[in-house]
Amino acid sequence: MELIKQGAEAKIYLARFEELYFPFNDEKVIVKYRLPKRYRIKEIDEKLRKERTVREARLLHRAKEFGVNVPHIYEVDLKDMKIVMEFIEGERLKELLEKVPMEERLELCREIGRQLGRLHNAGIIHGDLTTSNMILREGKIYFIDFGLGEFDDTLETQGVDLHLLKRAMESTHYKWFEKGFEAVLEGYAEVRGKEKEKELREKIDEIESRGRYVKERKWMKG
Amino acid sequence: MIALGIEGTAHTLGVGIVTEEKVLANIFDMFKTEKGGIHPKEAAEHHAKLIKSLLKKALEEAEVSIEDIDVIAFSQGPGLGPCLRVVATAARALAIKYNKPIVGVNHCIAHVEVVKLVSDVKDPVGLYVSGGNTQVIALEGGRYRVFGETLDIGIGNALDMFAREVGLGFPGGPKIERLAKKGRKYIELPYAVKGMDLSFSGLLTEAVRKFKSGKYKIEDIAYSFQETAFAALVEVTERALAHTGKDEVVLVGGVAANNRLREMLSAMAEDRGARFYVPPYDLCRDNGAMIAYTGLLMYKAGIKFELKDTIVKQKFRTDEVEVTWT
Repeated sequence: MELIKQGAEAKIYLARFEELYFPFNDEKVIVKYRLPKRYRIKEIDEKLRKERTVREARLLHRAKEFGVNVPHIYEVDLKDMKIVMEFIEGERLKELLEKVPMEERLELCREIGRQLGRLHNAGIIHGDLTTSNMILREGKIYFIDFGLGEFDDTLETQGVDLHLLKRAMESTHYKWFEKGFEAVLEGYAEVRGKEKEKELREKIDEIESRGRYVKERKWMKG
Repeated sequence: MIALGIEGTAHTLGVGIVTEEKVLANIFDMFKTEKGGIHPKEAAEHHAKLIKSLLKKALEEAEVSIEDIDVIAFSQGPGLGPCLRVVATAARALAIKYNKPIVGVNHCIAHVEVVKLVSDVKDPVGLYVSGGNTQVIALEGGRYRVFGETLDIGIGNALDMFAREVGLGFPGGPKIERLAKKGRKYIELPYAVKGMDLSFSGLLTEAVRKFKSGKYKIEDIAYSFQETAFAALVEVTERALAHTGKDEVVLVGGVAANNRLREMLSAMAEDRGARFYVPPYDLCRDNGAMIAYTGLLMYKAGIKFELKDTIVKQKFRTDEVEVTWT
């Protein structure tokens, strides 16, 4: 097993399937361990790690049922807080989007929108939509890292999900994120319809306008 | 070079005088109400009444005269409109009367920038926690980008409102911290990290509900409140560190006074091999020195304000400002 990423929340190892189980087409797998955090108390730490491990597995399963490209799951282990899943070998959109011409960028963004539309149709919120969590393999965009995902089909959380993607694009692809995000919404509308897209645009505006002092003044008077 | 800065985005009116190397004066007066909470107009009246004497005191303490000042800086936003307008008016008056350049400063950015005046921290991820603000910010691509912020109320407000609801009075933060130290039993409360953002209103509602049910000890609720809210703050900060690859963390804002939050953030930083720094409290809370220092950096970098540019911005976003001075 080789450590390939130490994120904020988990250690991610790349392994061969046969190292863990039995020989199987040279298949590669990802082993994701959720790490304990010393800064938080044990009760919160164990609760969060367990909840997130179980939920991540369920989310991946349901997303796949609804036609979203996500990794297969091979094993869930709640003793070690570990998930073993398919390794998606491809290129991260974070880097890829900066390399390709604008036209291709926007088409990839539209495809992100379509995938996200299907995900939301499945009643799933990704919770951490960034272009670091999207991989292109054989022409298909895969969503990975459902670590902060949720089962939720409300307009509010879908709006937050889109708002977060917009914010992430703004910080990573700040030179062209406005066009890019528009393309995401176009693709999204193809899957969920113009009506839904319009509702969500309004929701995003509302979320953005909830500047602290706008809403807060009311509270602070109390 | 000497800069004078006026802060007044919310409760606190502050006047600071600084050079590139040190704070010459940093004077405060905080508008207080018995029950806590703030009425913007009353706070603004407070600021208007006290600005003159605070300016005088600051100049005396710094042992400089107004003629020695090279630039006047003021907190342009974000904040409460009436308070901001008092401060901007005072700054304009000084600038016109003494023929000094004027610079409008973003309050949130100033909180993080001032750390550089008192430490050798260079390029940190900043966790800025106060009554109205809760943001994780860091410099990337020439701006302070927001890597996470509250989607509803600031952590300081959440603490104060909880304290008020359970009858602890204002300000609530220190009282909750004291009670929390005696808490032993963790009571589950909603933990809300949404991607990189946070939410505290659900936690507040549930904590108040638990208190009103009469089934739990207030010490345990205070303890659980802090542990839950702070774990979320630290988690979001850690994500920003991982995302940006930076290796310095600073904690600023009024809630930086909380020792448990410091301890948690410090443990996280240590485990990631990052440096952790908290400035002295007078530079953490809302203060004039941070405005003066940021104004000084901006002015030295050639940023010029005409009077028409000094209009206050109640919703001044952290990522609106092009950072050309570092």
